[in-house]
Amino acid sequence: MRLLRLVVSRAAFYAVAAVFACLFALPLVWLVFAPFDARANLSLRLPHPFTLANFGKVFSNAFAVRALFANSIIQGVGAMLLVTLLATLMAYALSRAPIRGTDLLSYGLVLFSSIVTGTAAMVPLFLLVFSLGLIDTQLGVILVFTGGLLPAAVFIMRDFVDSIPRSYEESALVAGASPWRMFRDIALPIVRPGMMVVAVWTFVNVWGGFFVPFILLRSPSNMPASVAIYSFYTEGGTPIITLTTAYSLLYTIPVLALYLFVNWRYGFRFFGGIKS
Amino acid sequence: MARVVFDNVSKHFGTVKAVDGVSFEIDEGAFICLLGPSGCGKTTTLRLMAGLEQATSGRIVIGERDVTQAKPKERDVGMVFQDYALFPHMTIAENIAYPLKVRGVGSHDRNARTEEVARSLGIEQLLARRPGQISGGQQQRTSVARAVVHKPQVFLFDEPLSNLDAKLRVEARSFLKHLQMELGVTAVYVTHDQAEAMALADRIAVMESGRVVQMGPPLEVYRRPATTFVASFLGNPPMNLLPVTLRLDGSDGRLHGPGFELDAGAWREGLGAGSRDGAELTLGVRPEHLQLAPDAASATLSGQIYTLEPLGPETLITCMVDGRLVTARLFSDEPPALDGTAHFRVDPEHLDLFDQDGNRVPR
Repeated sequence: MRLLRLVVSRAAFYAVAAVFACLFALPLVWLVFAPFDARANLSLRLPHPFTLANFGKVFSNAFAVRALFANSIIQGVGAMLLVTLLATLMAYALSRAPIRGTDLLSYGLVLFSSIVTGTAAMVPLFLLVFSLGLIDTQLGVILVFTGGLLPAAVFIMRDFVDSIPRSYEESALVAGASPWRMFRDIALPIVRPGMMVVAVWTFVNVWGGFFVPFILLRSPSNMPASVAIYSFYTEGGTPIITLTTAYSLLYTIPVLALYLFVNWRYGFRFFGGIKS
Repeated sequence: MARVVFDNVSKHFGTVKAVDGVSFEIDEGAFICLLGPSGCGKTTTLRLMAGLEQATSGRIVIGERDVTQAKPKERDVGMVFQDYALFPHMTIAENIAYPLKVRGVGSHDRNARTEEVARSLGIEQLLARRPGQISGGQQQRTSVARAVVHKPQVFLFDEPLSNLDAKLRVEARSFLKHLQMELGVTAVYVTHDQAEAMALADRIAVMESGRVVQMGPPLEVYRRPATTFVASFLGNPPMNLLPVTLRLDGSDGRLHGPGFELDAGAWREGLGAGSRDGAELTLGVRPEHLQLAPDAASATLSGQIYTLEPLGPETLITCMVDGRLVTARLFSDEPPALDGTAHFRVDPEHLDLFDQDGNRVPR
């Protein structure tokens, strides 16, 4: 009786889990199949007839190609480098400086950041970027994203920096290292996994961000892929499914590549301290 | 090798006086233990030597150089931390070689020296591993290797044995003492474990509330504690401290304690002319100086037996003497057959007297 109950409950669990898995997997499977289908629609089916012509049409759209392989990369990588570098330095300072209330400051920053890139802040942000003369520049987009993502990034990095025992740094100092050398040799390698988390997270955020570049950029030659995908819509505003899916598939590749590279090169692992 | 001088050094954290006017001199090649309970300022004193803290006032000299304002890297010291502080992302070899690397020693000399030090500490087979992959005792040796590799003028140890288990601790203790003798380098060792301090040090500095209460050779400090604090801190079990009252009814006065009475003649000079009738003093006697007496008549004090603890080579007898626990240590592996009451005899030579403020009364 107990065995039967166990079997039934297990079976029920797997059935429910399978339904949920399908709900999440189906759109992804569709995204992989549809670009190779000459007559793709919103239903999931094996590509028939199989074709690569959709990618050909996408690559003949110079505006969309430039958006994906130049503008999106510039904005994503630019914000990624800036956020990672600044967040690491800021988190280190916040963690180590003998100032009271740095915890409160960190929490305050995170709350603040949830407003800054939100829709509510778009008007003042636009005016700010405008008065800086950075409307329709990649730099403007990078700076706005950096400002918006930095507080949360600092918050994530602080956790990593806080977990480095002070004695590591002190022993490097006593061993004869200068403070800068100690930071480079000891603190930086230990927080590197944290930096990688922040870097990937920042890149993904900027990569998928639509609203900020849409508002701040004017000329088509500066638009990132998230905006350029609208060039595969008909004049009437309906997506041409064969082309949007082909473009979307290409659009996911850099993010996947970055994740795989970071995971292979550094790994999302964390060198904990030695137990004390 | 260098001497270390602390000249009236203080370190305040806000209103807390962690180190409060400490002065001492450590001879070249000496092994000094800073001993005290947690919060007594011993670790801060060590960190002042290393340059990890800046003194609020006073002067610190290492060798012939005033290093009061010097940065850690200018002091040429090697330090072993309580948690070893090995860099987890470096191999054991890289850890040991780090002080040489930051000094710009070439990789050839660096490797040669690292191997030499690792071999002398018996960890040469671990060089390619990482700190997370070796045992606590091996981590400790690695940490020592890193501290000695650049031949510093002074070794600093911050409770390096407290993370080891009991058996390993005794082994590591003899190893450290042997190493220090071999290298002949001045060493300063912080510990709260009196047995460690007794075993290792040429001289012990006992600290209490940011001050050095007594400094001297281990046996000297053990035999003639300067205060009741030192008396109760050194020795395991600690010295028995009994309240006594001075009565000036005889020529030299007598000490009245719980269930006993003694002649105060031995301390006549120490007590001086200022001694008054009824002064509340403290009498101290080490557990090993209490010897069993056959009967009450020949005993100095007697008490109800509270516990008998046979420890192998010795036996601890704890008695209730007038509401106070008094412990005696008998060097016999056979617990004595006692029927409820124990009588003890003390050689007056081995008694210590402390005044109202807890300071030792000289004989």
